[in-house]
Amino acid sequence: MSVVSRRDKIRKDEGGQDKYSVLLPTYNERENLPLIVWLLVKYFGESGFNYEIIIIDDGSPDGTLEVAQQLQKIYGSDKILLRPREKKLGLGTAYIHGMQHASGNFIIIMDADLSHHPKFIPQFIGKQKEGNFDIVSGTRYIGNGGVYGWDLKRKLISRGANYLSQVLLRPGASDLTGSFRLYKKEVLQKLVTHCVSKGYVFQMEMIVRARQFKYTIGEVPISFVDRVYGESKLGGNEIVSFLKGLLTLFATT
Amino acid sequence: MTKLAEWLLGLTLLGGVWVTLTFNLLGLALPRACWEVVWPLPVYLLVVFGCYSLATVGYRVATFNDCEDAARELQAQITEAKCDLKRRGLRF
Ligand SMILES: Nc1nc2c(ncn2[C@@H]2O[C@H](COP(=O)(O)OP(=O)(O)O)[C@@H](O)[C@H]2O)c(=O)[nH]1
Ligand SMILES: [Mg+2]
Repeated sequence: MSVVSRRDKIRKDEGGQDKYSVLLPTYNERENLPLIVWLLVKYFGESGFNYEIIIIDDGSPDGTLEVAQQLQKIYGSDKILLRPREKKLGLGTAYIHGMQHASGNFIIIMDADLSHHPKFIPQFIGKQKEGNFDIVSGTRYIGNGGVYGWDLKRKLISRGANYLSQVLLRPGASDLTGSFRLYKKEVLQKLVTHCVSKGYVFQMEMIVRARQFKYTIGEVPISFVDRVYGESKLGGNEIVSFLKGLLTLFATT
Repeated sequence: MTKLAEWLLGLTLLGGVWVTLTFNLLGLALPRACWEVVWPLPVYLLVVFGCYSLATVGYRVATFNDCEDAARELQAQITEAKCDLKRRGLRF
């Protein structure tokens, strides 16, 4: 082995060549996007990890893409990548689309609405390195994890749904419907091609399939602060579709 | 095996044991006292499971952390971010 390649290997072992691609799907997040990007730059800057931010906007009528272009000018096109799509095609395909352009060996998925705080990312990365986990999932349900801005009814539904899914699926992770996670790239690639559900169930299916494929999952408690600006797009008969999805997974996995 | 199949298998096994003992299919002739315990067992277990579930969910709802500090920190950071971004020329 030549000196150069040995040195390269050592550096790789130290994690010095790891790169983290953050996927930010947006739909009408004009107000939130600059703030989340600012926070990402701040925390990645402080912790010194190599990163890129990939913004997947689905033709938001509020002009999210225009703000994203301004951000790209401010922070540089090596840090901010824009991968817009013409129209609203849903979250699942947004991840697939974004991932095709990701140059990192790790992918971080988070919402752009400020309910997922970038300050947890260094903890995710630390956790991943600690156990060489395939997936690190944020969790609202254990340790110091929690929520802000939820009334009793929402807490009850959330805890009830979580308990029911734990009993039925025994997935080996405490937060099934959360979408703040870090994946090894090849793991996420494999998972998305096997996941077919939509909405909350999509996140749940990712974890359930991960268990099927024997991937390892680490967890980091997170505080989930309900969005300040804009409104949630998942609404209406959420509960019904959640139950349907849960039972489908129960019967098929 | 799917989760559904696991559940069905488990329930069938338990159900089988219960039917065997309650209707004395193997001629084991359980002592009367034992039999008195065994035949209503499914109902007991169901009630226990129900109570356990309610208690667990209730406890978890009651102890669900309210992250007041996180919300305050975020608010402060939003203000800071807006100032900084304006300075860098972002038009909101
Ligand atoms: N690209 C894209 N992003 C979406 C779509 N639907 C939701 N999002 C984004 O996905 C994230 C989560 O959506 P949100 O409405 O907050 O869901 P909730 O937090 O589960 O209620 C946010 O960043 C949204 O802007 C979509 O169809 N396409
Ligand atoms: Mg949200």
